[in-house]
Amino acid sequence: MQSISRRKVLSLAAQLTALATAGTLSPAYSAPAEAAAEIAKFTAGVVPDAGRITIDLPEIAEHGSAVPLAIDIDHPMTPEIHVVEMLVVAEANPWPRIARFHFTPMSGRAMVATRIRLAGTQTVHVLAKTSDKRILMAQRQVKVTIGGCGG
Amino acid sequence: MTNKPRIKVPDQIRKGEIIQIKTLVAHDMENGLRRDQAGKVIPRKIINRFTCSFNGKPVFACDLEPALAANPYFVFSVRVDESGLFNFTWTDDDGT
Repeated sequence: MQSISRRKVLSLAAQLTALATAGTLSPAYSAPAEAAAEIAKFTAGVVPDAGRITIDLPEIAEHGSAVPLAIDIDHPMTPEIHVVEMLVVAEANPWPRIARFHFTPMSGRAMVATRIRLAGTQTVHVLAKTSDKRILMAQRQVKVTIGGCGG
Repeated sequence: MTNKPRIKVPDQIRKGEIIQIKTLVAHDMENGLRRDQAGKVIPRKIINRFTCSFNGKPVFACDLEPALAANPYFVFSVRVDESGLFNFTWTDDDGT
């Protein structure tokens, strides 16, 4: 277990806030075509809300073959209203869709952590669908030194 | 069945508590892009679906793509209101 200093937490919080603001300010949402198509398919016309999703991904990944990814969505998980589905898209991967996660009210908390492959420096997008048909979205940039898709 | 998965679940918890479950299964997750020494493409072979249910009720599931790293590892949470049994499944491209 590694301990996290107070300073680190504060700086991370500041970074996240900066990231969130940057995300909301950018007018046109530009992702390469294939990734954009995946995202469009998932949102099905609903305009996504920014925020609520915390993506924990290293800023610089030395090797793209196993990049730790943790996602936590700040959303109630009751039978009436909960997060149903979550899509992770990496816009520069050969197949942009990374995974689709399904949650139930029994999940208690919409969080997941796993390890992913990233082909290169790019932005990773996370979209979540709630039971009342809203879409939440967040993105995070990662620098990848060595790609992780072989080939 | 290829490999024995490793699963970490607390033995005893309080009712209604939200717990974290960690799972790890050994699998190459061949993404269909790599080539062998002869230059032939190694065919895709990945786990494409992971599910977790508790007392028969689905809790968490994931559709995996080749972009999941080898030896897929997941951490997710579950709210537990009763004693019971967790059931985990991993499904491969060839159905095993």
